[in-house]
Amino acid sequence: MSKQPGILKVIHAVADVHQDPTEDESLFADGTLDSFTLPDLVTGLEQEFSVKIPDSDLVPERFDTRRKIEQYLDTLGN
Amino acid sequence: MSSAAYLQSFGSYVPARRVDNQALAERTGRAADVIEKTTGILERHYAAEEETVADLGFAAAQDCLTRAGVAASGLGLLLVSSGSAERCFPGPAATIAAKLGLTSAPAIDLPIASAGALIGMALAADLVSRYGNILVVAAEIMSRRIDDADADTAILFGDGAGACLLSRDSGFARIADVALYTDGNFSESLVLPHGGTLAMRGLEVIMQAARKVPRAIVDLLAKNGVAADDVQVFLMHQANRNLLAKIAKELKVPEDRFFTNIASHGNTSSASLLIAAKQWSDSAAVTGPIVFAAFGAGLQWGALLALPV
Repeated sequence: MSKQPGILKVIHAVADVHQDPTEDESLFADGTLDSFTLPDLVTGLEQEFSVKIPDSDLVPERFDTRRKIEQYLDTLGN
Repeated sequence: MSSAAYLQSFGSYVPARRVDNQALAERTGRAADVIEKTTGILERHYAAEEETVADLGFAAAQDCLTRAGVAASGLGLLLVSSGSAERCFPGPAATIAAKLGLTSAPAIDLPIASAGALIGMALAADLVSRYGNILVVAAEIMSRRIDDADADTAILFGDGAGACLLSRDSGFARIADVALYTDGNFSESLVLPHGGTLAMRGLEVIMQAARKVPRAIVDLLAKNGVAADDVQVFLMHQANRNLLAKIAKELKVPEDRFFTNIASHGNTSSASLLIAAKQWSDSAAVTGPIVFAAFGAGLQWGALLALPV
């Protein structure tokens, strides 16, 4: 099942989003996420998908696009 | 703790030259209002051309000793943290010791940016039983280590120095416990190479800090049976006002419990913790637990709990 609805829900909760970013659009390049909202995104994803993201996985590249976020969450086995 | 260690006084020195966001906008191309919005910084202080890291550290050391009423000759050990010292060796510790008139007391450098002051305080807390009065100094001139072409980093940093005197006999607060951590897997996230300029992967650093710092504080408080809500003040490395807000939110304590001077000083790296401590102590009496915490290059981070006496 696609995790995109949950990912979008978290993005909306932590950032001011006027138009939903596409699955491959950089969330950093368009300003959706920055140094202040990125940690909140991680916390939000943990809560939304009931997963624990380890410190070793906290690198921005994993969270750059909606697709990369979903691919990463899939690796967590949820 | 191996034996009692007390905080006796803080001191600081901040260079006179102020650099506002407009001045940095002209250098970096980053608009002044954007700098303020994204960092919370209005201005920072830069050292004069002739000033050295040791000069700044010496001034803070003098301020701290004067406030404590302790002569430099009463020091058993000097610890100096700096991530921006002018040379590989000797570091500023020996120079500051000489400026203080010391000729034989050990003076040891801690070449650690950002968390250096906290680490110095933690080491001193364990060493006071052997050395008696220990002066921890943190001094930085990061303004000479930034590249204007890297605006994300250049807009953040300022210069300054802080100091803290620890004693085994008496003070206004007793150091109850300390926790230090290192995770070298992210050592490339924040680097100042020899002869180079500071390079920081800001997003990576803040992701780690937002996770690691609250956890360190929570664990330390739990271990010592202190509720976060009972902490009088959180004195932190002044990296970023938004990071402080996130940590406050994580700990579920009011944001105003976190002292901040980042608007007027920027990020002064390892010096920031003790500059903040000195400013806070100028206007407040210790009535409850104090938490010190810092995070930075290494990655190094930790927390220290002090209790009123």
